[in-house]
Amino acid sequence: MATDDTNRRNLLKGAAAIGAVAAGSQLLPGAARYAQAQSSAPIKIGFQVHRTGIGAAYGRWYDRTTKAAAKLINDEGGINGRPIEIVAEDDGTDPKRGAEVIEKFATKHECDVAFGTLFSHVVIGSAPRAGELKLPYFVVSEGHHVASGMLNRYTLQPGITDVKSQVQSMAPWVADNLGKKVTMIYPDFAFGHDHRDYFSEAIERRGGNVIAKIAIPPRETSFFKYLPKIPKETEVLYHVMVGPGVLTFVKEMGEYFGDKRPEIFGFIDSLEAVDITSPGLEFLEGSHFWEGYPRYAGKDQSAHDKFYREAVGVDDTGASLSDPKDVSTFAHMFGCWETLHILKAGMEAADYKGPKDRQALIEAVENMDVFPESRAHPQGSKLFNGRTHQAFGHQHISRVEGGKLVPVHKTSIFDTFYEDETDYTKMSF
Amino acid sequence: MIRSVLLHGFVIAALIALEPLLSEYHHGNLARIMVLAVYATGYNILFGYTGLLSLGHAMFFAAGMYGCALMIRLAEWSVGPAFIVGVICALIAGIIVGFLALRTIGVGFMIVTLMFAEASYLTILYYNEYTRGDEGFTIAQSVRTIAGLDLSDTTTRYFSALTLFSICLIASAAVVQSKAGRVLVAIRENEDRVRMLGFDPFRYKLFALILSAVMAGSAGAAYAVLFGYAGASFAAVQYSIFPLLWVLLGGPGTTLGPLLGTVLMFYLVDYASGTIMPGLAAMVETQFGIEAPGLASAYLLLVGVALVLLVLFAPKGLLGTLRARMIPWLP
Repeated sequence: MATDDTNRRNLLKGAAAIGAVAAGSQLLPGAARYAQAQSSAPIKIGFQVHRTGIGAAYGRWYDRTTKAAAKLINDEGGINGRPIEIVAEDDGTDPKRGAEVIEKFATKHECDVAFGTLFSHVVIGSAPRAGELKLPYFVVSEGHHVASGMLNRYTLQPGITDVKSQVQSMAPWVADNLGKKVTMIYPDFAFGHDHRDYFSEAIERRGGNVIAKIAIPPRETSFFKYLPKIPKETEVLYHVMVGPGVLTFVKEMGEYFGDKRPEIFGFIDSLEAVDITSPGLEFLEGSHFWEGYPRYAGKDQSAHDKFYREAVGVDDTGASLSDPKDVSTFAHMFGCWETLHILKAGMEAADYKGPKDRQALIEAVENMDVFPESRAHPQGSKLFNGRTHQAFGHQHISRVEGGKLVPVHKTSIFDTFYEDETDYTKMSF
Repeated sequence: MIRSVLLHGFVIAALIALEPLLSEYHHGNLARIMVLAVYATGYNILFGYTGLLSLGHAMFFAAGMYGCALMIRLAEWSVGPAFIVGVICALIAGIIVGFLALRTIGVGFMIVTLMFAEASYLTILYYNEYTRGDEGFTIAQSVRTIAGLDLSDTTTRYFSALTLFSICLIASAAVVQSKAGRVLVAIRENEDRVRMLGFDPFRYKLFALILSAVMAGSAGAAYAVLFGYAGASFAAVQYSIFPLLWVLLGGPGTTLGPLLGTVLMFYLVDYASGTIMPGLAAMVETQFGIEAPGLASAYLLLVGVALVLLVLFAPKGLLGTLRARMIPWLP
């Protein structure tokens, strides 16, 4: 494992490189090596998508974003002169089906790589098969499972940051701006436990502390009995509830606190694909949310953001251009767009021609360290740690004002770093 | 009896013969199907032969899966002993649940088993520190070996799954054609009459439930070591419903029905989700210029229609109907 100093030196070099390259952001890694293909057969990318199950809302928007990115890449000449073909299969948001889909990509569709998906249990259930079949598996999950070292050399997460970096980067701003005495309300399973553990550590480093940790059992439908457990001295209420109970949770919080409420900070995962002006969510006015990518375009909207929204078919409020009521999963779906562009850059750097070049592709991506903000990376610049197969990037905090999410803070990439927990590059293929 | 032995022997021989002939895709599918068919075979003993409809069998599958996977992950045991621990966990769960749930009948039995399964599922989530809850955990490829054989190797995996399936199929056939098996069928048809004849239905039902739980647990443990993953979703309610559907489709109360049902349901879902419905959505888009993303995800509707047709036209399942109409000796 690399030392802290080594990590910091490498990442500082990366940060300097971001500055150098930002001016010419069209110079993507490997772009100069765009080669004439020996074969015009499409490069097949197996897309593991949540079409059914609890992740269906995310899957629909991951699908739209993926199609938009694939169209752009093909319109610009494809990869190494070959078009890309997205082969989509529903994983049912189920780890068993997810693993079956990975097998199908490798052995039936003969895909060059696999790509997707969001829910951690599907990724963790699928990754062993990807490793055994030696199929590069680029996930857009934001789980910490990749960087934790749980998976294998063939599984990478270069297009989206992970929950550990997201959570810990929120703590300084929360402590400095909202309060230091925090009560956490979270679902009593792995996702909630990750928030509990990572945030508790991070807020203590900033001089704050979590004064109460309230775990909500899965499938709970009413939250009134948990609310009295919130200590009176609470300055900040941190919530990460997900699933169909979210609207009830917010409504009951409103009835319990009335006008006298602590500051409230949540993760937008609770309200992805949900219109923030939906009846029952009025109580969230004035509260803050983490967003991976701000749903509402800010005043200083970049040209890359504008281009990305138009390509995917999303307006400045994060809703579908064809139906303003159809709100996207904006904070997460950019990961599909960015991952496909990294795949393109990796294949070009590796001069990828077919499955025999899969190892070269993985090594090429592992050797990447900087993704400058660009059309390929509209969410912002990122640093990639090839040892842990994980990207690090800016995080955003928005405030609910007048029924809109108004961006108020953007973290530094350095706020998101943590010590390496694995080194996949030392793992054999 | 001889015809029964020949039939089961033929099925096992056919599965052996298929191994080198199958494409890589179907090869992997069949290995997984055989593991799931072990689960269905166990379910069939309780539901198909004894007439007890459990809505909580996922707890036995998960008991085997976690009993095995946790021993590998936490105690660093090798696969063989860990697999045995998994089966023992399912056995113990079967005994406990059996003693309590078999005090009820009919809908009561369904509800009690469902509640036990729900409690098991929540327990897995609660002890997230060990089980990694809903996310689950992987089992490293390097430790998934037995007697020097790499269980992640496709051929080894296939024959491991086939060995387990063959043992369970033969055991199932032996039990249901034994005296005890005939008592189980008699309990399914008329429990009061069985009691009047001097048998103790509770003992036989408990035996059926424990045998069923052991088979479910062995399938769960096998899944963990053959495919390298253990997760709470396998303890959720849908994994209690799946074996019911597989058995209903193949033919409850037939020894080969669980395998047939699992094969057909697997490929129905696979083709409906990957080929039929996306193809239909693409055709609608091409012919009528209408984007129909919902159509691509509506494959479960197709599966539902297939099950409704089954209930209407073959309520005894495929092999059950075949037995009723054409092959009365079918075991």
